[in-house]
Amino acid sequence: MSESLKAHPRLHQWLGLSAAGQVQAFSGKVDLGQGISHALRLIVAQELRLSPAHIDMVPASTHTSPDEAVTSGSLSVQHSGAALRCAAAHWREICRSQMARRCGVDAATVRCANGEFSVQTTTQTASYAELTTAQMWHSTIDTTQVQSPHAAQDIGASPTKPKAPRPDIASKVFGEFEYIHDRVLPSMCHGMVFRPGTLAAELIVNEMQALVHHVQAQSGVLRVHQDGLLLGVLTETEYALSRVVKHIEDSVAQGKFWRCHAEVPDANDLPNWLKAQPLDTTVVADTSHNPPSNAAQYVHAEFHRPYVQHASIGLCCALAQWTADAQQLEVWSQSQGIYNLRRDIALAFDMQPEQVQVSHVEGAGCYGHNGADDVAFDAAWLAQLVPGRPVRVQWTRQAELGHAPLAPAMAVAIQAGVNTEGHIAEWTQTVWGQGHGTRPGRGKTPALLGTWQTAQAQPVTMAVNAAMAVGGGSERNAQPPYDIASVKVLNHRVLNMPFRVSAMRALGAPTNVFAAESVMDELALRCAQDPLAFRLAHLHNTEQTRAAAVLQQAAHMAGWTAPRPTHKPEGWGRGLAYARYKNTGAYCAVVVELVVEEKVKLHKLWTAVDLGHVIDADGAINQIEGGALQAASWALCESAQLNPQGIASNNWESYPILKFSDMPAVEVALMSQPYEPSLGAGECSSGPTCAAIANAIFDAIGVRMRAMPFTPDNLLKTIEADHTSAQS
Amino acid sequence: MHNSVVVFHVNGREVSVQGDSGQSLLDVLRNTLHLKATRMGCGQGACGACRVMVDGHAMAACETPLWSVEGKHITTVEGLGTREAPHALQTAFIEEQAMQCGFCTSGILMSAAALLQRQAQPTRQEIVQVLDGHLCRCGAHNRVIRAIEKAACKSAAV
Repeated sequence: MSESLKAHPRLHQWLGLSAAGQVQAFSGKVDLGQGISHALRLIVAQELRLSPAHIDMVPASTHTSPDEAVTSGSLSVQHSGAALRCAAAHWREICRSQMARRCGVDAATVRCANGEFSVQTTTQTASYAELTTAQMWHSTIDTTQVQSPHAAQDIGASPTKPKAPRPDIASKVFGEFEYIHDRVLPSMCHGMVFRPGTLAAELIVNEMQALVHHVQAQSGVLRVHQDGLLLGVLTETEYALSRVVKHIEDSVAQGKFWRCHAEVPDANDLPNWLKAQPLDTTVVADTSHNPPSNAAQYVHAEFHRPYVQHASIGLCCALAQWTADAQQLEVWSQSQGIYNLRRDIALAFDMQPEQVQVSHVEGAGCYGHNGADDVAFDAAWLAQLVPGRPVRVQWTRQAELGHAPLAPAMAVAIQAGVNTEGHIAEWTQTVWGQGHGTRPGRGKTPALLGTWQTAQAQPVTMAVNAAMAVGGGSERNAQPPYDIASVKVLNHRVLNMPFRVSAMRALGAPTNVFAAESVMDELALRCAQDPLAFRLAHLHNTEQTRAAAVLQQAAHMAGWTAPRPTHKPEGWGRGLAYARYKNTGAYCAVVVELVVEEKVKLHKLWTAVDLGHVIDADGAINQIEGGALQAASWALCESAQLNPQGIASNNWESYPILKFSDMPAVEVALMSQPYEPSLGAGECSSGPTCAAIANAIFDAIGVRMRAMPFTPDNLLKTIEADHTSAQS
Repeated sequence: MHNSVVVFHVNGREVSVQGDSGQSLLDVLRNTLHLKATRMGCGQGACGACRVMVDGHAMAACETPLWSVEGKHITTVEGLGTREAPHALQTAFIEEQAMQCGFCTSGILMSAAALLQRQAQPTRQEIVQVLDGHLCRCGAHNRVIRAIEKAACKSAAV
């Protein structure tokens, strides 16, 4: 039974009926641009035998929604979807029983179609609204009704799912959709919080005092508030604020108001910086107690990834309003976890959580723990200055790229040995990196940037990793998915965090999969085997059938086993990689075809994915393709530039991402698995894409890339290093 | 900066806006005219989220000062088409479900509309060239290109 249902067992906590007769579905999971509410809508529609157009997904809010923690980890369909499916099936079956009682027939003879219950022997029909009693809403959801024997007889109960487009897409295309940035509340004013670029900093008091006086004198400025390291400004209009922002940000960039002296990890030697820090070491897996292997040859290699940025196209934005007596706070936020944010905001202002309400309003695409929660604190903090008035805060591009948490840098070392039969006999994978989570809602003190920078500063939250039961953090996918007798996996969590890091899409998986799948290719080469055949030889157990199937499918789509094209251009190559996300989620194989010229140009990606029972095929394909293309951008060009003043790559020029002209064609195939449980789609393609690109570069030019990103500079450095080591 | 009245056309209607001459067109559209579909992405003309059509050319509204649009014709997504009479691009974007979060969509639609207006049947390369002025972080690139190609075919066939 899903955790969501255990905590919220009653029907009214998940479903309701509006006065207009629309079904209302409540989920604690939120839309982050991934279209999850549509998948949830389809689940409810299918169970209720209703058109999706009759289901309204109620935006998540602490006023009305179940607490489903954070929308992360590709778990929304598993958690919220399972709960809503049970709730809808329960409602359908109690209505069926009600109809049977009303008509004096057996429930087995009652059919449900298009939201209407009918009995063949009579002409009576009744709708959900007509059959539902007040008591029913308070009934405890019977989770067995999903398998109700009566359900299969309903018209429209076949496994073919209702096909319907996401309704928000039309609304976005016609310019009707309201993002959080567009919300206007009566008497709303505008605010911005200015802060140093690093976690540790010292105020330059005289400069700050001069700035405060200067800003106070500007037209349209309502309030200026300085507290600890923070400077808050409130204005009547967004334009007045923009003029203040321009004045201040120019000086901030010159280090005028704060002395910052962050320790900057050496970008040219990140692995050694990580290894030299205090470490918290855990054994993730160890089967090396098995008899010593008879490995005949070894590959020992080390891989790494730099710090990476979220780089959403939108800016973090929030609105907050205190009641005039300052006893209640209302917050509108694009946060991934409204209840977690509520908890930490309550901690920050020394309130009970019930005094704070947080409502989700969609922002631009969110790919992990960005500045959404921090900007909500900023708005609440500023709104204290004007009780009763709503305050809107929208970060600038400079703040968005400069203050959001980074995805942690990582180093991964692998030692793997194959025996004389060409089978991998042992595998040791060692990971170094900071934890992948500083999210709010989990600690004794608030994990909100602003709370660490006021005069009454709370301690900085140190990054931790999620438990292995939910996939871990830096150690995510550090266990090889192959049949290997002796495996040892160690994780060294780095306990120093000069720059804030937190969760970014797929956490440690992209780096671990990049490392492991590169080594798989190296081992295959040592054994003179084809990379596909070599992997399949290590996936022959019955529980690995689905893994083998996606590899074979991707290879088939890409024509992997056909002879290589004879007229391929100079620098042409292709590579393959596989991973099962978190080793418990979706199975994904990727083949990449590319050409290495002065830079790496991707031509095509073929992806085969097993998501179990698919709810919204088009939405899932969109997520898989999006995950792959975002990972391609990490792999080919992304690296945060850090200096003692903070994150220097704080505009699109200094933090480039892949452009339209850089994008390869993508083909996605979903395996047909209607009877297997659903698995999330959003993060499975990231790791295999990074790895397949690295393997294709090797295939193209014989250069083994061990550090992301694979920029022209890094390619050249690797070629030169290979050349030097070949000569020595 | 000085306060002045600037008269121009937005989505076919004449508007008269009083504001600082240096105020950005983006700010005027969003906060004075309450046309919220044009998006603020960077304020530096680097991401394409705020593109609108100015006399048929796609321009970054965040870098277009109010004074410069005197007498000009501005089109935003709100004026591109309606649910009853959609622009071919709007139909194609819905059919192809050509977005994930959709934050970059408004700007892309306006750039693509300007392209189709000056060239009914652009090549794929020409489409991609125009789109290189836009950033998309969700990875909807291929769907966006497909939708524009589809709209170009349809509008050429009309």
